[in-house]
Amino acid sequence: VQADGTDGNCVTFVLHDEDHTLGNSLRYMVMKNPDVEFCGYCITHPSESKINFRIQTRGSLPAVEPFRKGLNDLMGVCQHVLNTFEVRLLPEELRGLF
Amino acid sequence: QAFRVDVIREEDGVLEFDMVGIDAAIANAFRRILLAEVPTMAVEKVFVYNNTSIVQDEILAHRLGLIPIRADPRLFEYRNQGDEEGTEIDTLQFQLKIKCSRNPQAAKESSDPNELYFNHKVYSKHMTWVPLGNQTDLFPDADFRPVHDDILIALLRPGQEIDVLMHCVKGIGKDHAKFSPVATASYRLLPDITLLQPVEDEAAETLQKCFSPGVIEIQNIKGKKVARVANARLDTFSREVFRHEGLKNLVRLARVRNHYIFSVESTGILPPDVLVSEAIKILMGKCQRFLNELDSVPME
Repeated sequence: VQADGTDGNCVTFVLHDEDHTLGNSLRYMVMKNPDVEFCGYCITHPSESKINFRIQTRGSLPAVEPFRKGLNDLMGVCQHVLNTFEVRLLPEELRGLF
Repeated sequence: QAFRVDVIREEDGVLEFDMVGIDAAIANAFRRILLAEVPTMAVEKVFVYNNTSIVQDEILAHRLGLIPIRADPRLFEYRNQGDEEGTEIDTLQFQLKIKCSRNPQAAKESSDPNELYFNHKVYSKHMTWVPLGNQTDLFPDADFRPVHDDILIALLRPGQEIDVLMHCVKGIGKDHAKFSPVATASYRLLPDITLLQPVEDEAAETLQKCFSPGVIEIQNIKGKKVARVANARLDTFSREVFRHEGLKNLVRLARVRNHYIFSVESTGILPPDVLVSEAIKILMGKCQRFLNELDSVPME
């Protein structure tokens, strides 16, 4: 992970060993944040597996915050999906416990 | 979040389940991870001691690599980069040693190879597990073998033999497709078919034929046949209905925006529900990795 940017509000993160799998889902999570003015990702070259992930915030919020929040939100979504999925797999009798 | 998962299970290695209330980006992320990033064990290195069969060494090695091995990858570690030998926590060893010979009791003038020769077909059931180091203690009840016993590896004739030792390692589909744990994993959106006007009689019959069987059913209301959408899920969206002038304007085909029907078919290494759970955990692991990096690398 490497970050460089002009000032605290608009930062481009370079994420190594990542591709559309994390890029698109993370972008979706960060866009839900009303403080974010611009969020996008691109794959610099298909032969190298790294993405440029750019966040620009309105106002004075440092750009690292929506990034961190987006990651946490994505983890929360995954956890919720995992729990719902596993509960569904249990047989009928045990489902009443959840 | 108004989210639910319904399992419409059809086992036999295939799991079909619905996710409602999720977005395309996340559904696609799960599909990509299922295909390429859930690890499995597969044959990586083949040490050929003797191969006098017609199948060339590299072709034989390629075929052996593609055979799915029934071994839970969560019990093993990844092999380190430069490690040639392989230790017992990251490698499984298999041996294939088979020799074809002539059957002395075969009838003369018989031309059936099953009668004439012993062992002329090399199947995956001939692969035997050779425990390394303390693997017998670590896995006392485990029985590591290929998922299917009847995969044909090579054909032999009398006098030919194959004697190879194979090392299986843990890998992911991104590296080589042999490590992919699913036969395929796909998703589609739930179709949404609405009839804009009531369709009756002849038109109802044609309408029913336009869609896949079971989608439209015809009911008898007050003596007239009226068409009704029974089960939109079965439709394959062939758009046949738009080829008929009279029916074109009566039907609207659309998709429900956030209702995804996933279909996961496993190669047999891990059951499909375990695969989906693993995929979700891998996505969480990726996020966690970046969170940790964010916290450890100082921002300037």
